Amino acid sequence: MIALLIRDLRLAMRAGGGFGLSLAFFLIVVVLVPFGVGPEMSLLSRIAPGILWVGALLACLLSLDRIFALDYEDGSLDLLATSPLPAEGIVTVKAIAHWLTTGLPLVVIAPVLGILLGLPEQGYFWIVLSLLLGTPALSVIGTFGAALTVGIKRGGLLLSLLVLPLYVPTLIYGAELARRGTQGLETGTPLLMLAGITCAVTALLPFASAAVLRINLR
Amino acid sequence: MPDLGKYAFAVLSSYGYSLALIIGLVVFVVLRNIKARKALEAIEAEVNHGKD
Amino acid sequence: MSLWQYANPVKFLHLSGKIVPTLAVLSALSLVISLYWGFFLTPDDYKQGATVKIIYIHVPSALVAINAWFMMLVTSLIWLVRRHHVSVLASKAASYVGVVMTLVALITGAFWGQPMWGTWWAWDPRLTSFLILFLFYLGYIALWAGIDDPDTAADLTSVLCIVGSVFAILSRYAVNFWNQGLHQGASLSLDKEEHVSDVFYFPLLLAIAGFVLLFIMLTLVGTRTEIRQRRARALLARSKG
Repeated sequence: MIALLIRDLRLAMRAGGGFGLSLAFFLIVVVLVPFGVGPEMSLLSRIAPGILWVGALLACLLSLDRIFALDYEDGSLDLLATSPLPAEGIVTVKAIAHWLTTGLPLVVIAPVLGILLGLPEQGYFWIVLSLLLGTPALSVIGTFGAALTVGIKRGGLLLSLLVLPLYVPTLIYGAELARRGTQGLETGTPLLMLAGITCAVTALLPFASAAVLRINLR
Repeated sequence: MPDLGKYAFAVLSSYGYSLALIIGLVVFVVLRNIKARKALEAIEAEVNHGKD
Repeated sequence: MSLWQYANPVKFLHLSGKIVPTLAVLSALSLVISLYWGFFLTPDDYKQGATVKIIYIHVPSALVAINAWFMMLVTSLIWLVRRHHVSVLASKAASYVGVVMTLVALITGAFWGQPMWGTWWAWDPRLTSFLILFLFYLGYIALWAGIDDPDTAADLTSVLCIVGSVFAILSRYAVNFWNQGLHQGASLSLDKEEHVSDVFYFPLLLAIAGFVLLFIMLTLVGTRTEIRQRRARALLARSKG
C-alpha cells in the first residue's frame, strides 16, 4: 500500500501530473472574487473565510477525476483490483495521495491568498486549522465520487453534480469554524463537528467507495 | 374567486406553477409508459413473427 | 404468499395494472376536492391572510418529496441485498416524482415566503434543506442517465442513494446549525401544523392523501415503464445473439 501511495505521489508531481494546477485554480478563484463583488476591503475581509473555503473546495473538486481516470484508462486500475490489495485499501491510499498532493498544498497556500482578501489577523490560524481538518474529508468524499464516475467518459460535470451536495456539511462547519474563529466567537461546535465528519468519512466511506469501484470494474 | 387581497399574486402563482408542474409530470410519466408499451409490443411481435 | 411475490416482474405488472386505474381516480378525486375546498371554502388566516391557502400544496408536496427519497432508500437497499430488479426500477421511477415534488415545494415555499418575509428566497433551514434534497435528486437521476449498463447503473445509483441519505441527514443538522443565529423568531415553520385549526386541517389531510396516492400511482406507472423497457432491451439482445 505504501508503494501505491509513493507511486501516486510521484505521478502527481511529474509534469502534467496536475500538482500545481489546483493551487493555480485556487489562486484564480480568489482573484476573481474581488472582480465579482468589488474591491472594498471591508466587505472582502468579512467574507474572506468563506471565499477561501469555497475556493479550496472547488480546487479539490477539479482534481478529483484524476484520482482514478488515468489508471482506469491504461488498465492499471484493473491490475490493482486483481492484486492482493483490498479495494478498501486502494481507495484509502488514493484519497491520501489526493490529500497530500491537493488538499495539503491548498492549506499551505490559503494564508497567502488570505492577504489578497484582507483576512483579519486572527483569521489566519483559524483558516489553516479549519482547512487542515476539513480537506481530508473533501479528499475522501471526492474519492467516493470519483469511483462512482470512473467509467463514464467526460464524467467531470456529473462528478461535480454528485460530489458538491456531499460537500455541503463539511463546507458549512469548516467555513463556520473559520468565520467564528476570525470573529473571536465560540468555536467548539463547528470544530467538533468538522473533526467528527473527517474521522467518520475516513473510517466509513472507503467501504462504499470500494464497493463502487468493484462494481465499475466488473 | 375568494378575495385574496394583496396575496392574490402569491397564491395564484403558487397554484399555477404547481399545477403546471404536476400536470407536466403526469403527462411525462404516462407518455413514457405508452411509448414503452408500444415499443415492447412491437419487439414481441417481431420476435414471435420470426419464430414462425 | 408474501409481498415478495411482486418482485416477479410479470406478477408486478399484472397487479399494478389492476390497481393503477383505481389509484388514479382516487388521487384525482382527493386532489380536486381538497384543493377546491382549501382554495374556495376556507377562511383566511389572521396572521398570514390568503397565503395560508398555499399550505394545501406546499405541505403535501414537501411530505412526498421527503418520503419519496426514503422509499428510494429502502428499495435501493432491497436491490443491493436481494437483487430484485422491480425494486430498483421502482426507485428510479420514484425519483422523477420526487424531484418534481421537491421543486413544487421550493416554488410554493418561495411564493409563500415572499409576502411573509419580503424576499423571494430566504436561507431558512427548511427551504435550504429542500434545495439540497433537490440537488441529491438531480444527481441520482443524472447518474442513472450517465451509465450505459443498466445493472451497473442500478448498483451505483443505489449506493449513491444510501450514501446520499446519510449526507442529507448530516446536511439537515449542518444547515440548522448554520442558520440558527440569523432568523431567530422569524423562521416561520411554514409547514408545521402547530396551531392549524380544524378548518384548515381537514382539507390539508385530504390534500396529503391525494398527493400520496398520486405519488404511488405515478411510481407504479413509472416502474411498469422501466420493466417494459428492460424486457424490450433483453428481447433485442437475445434476437441479435
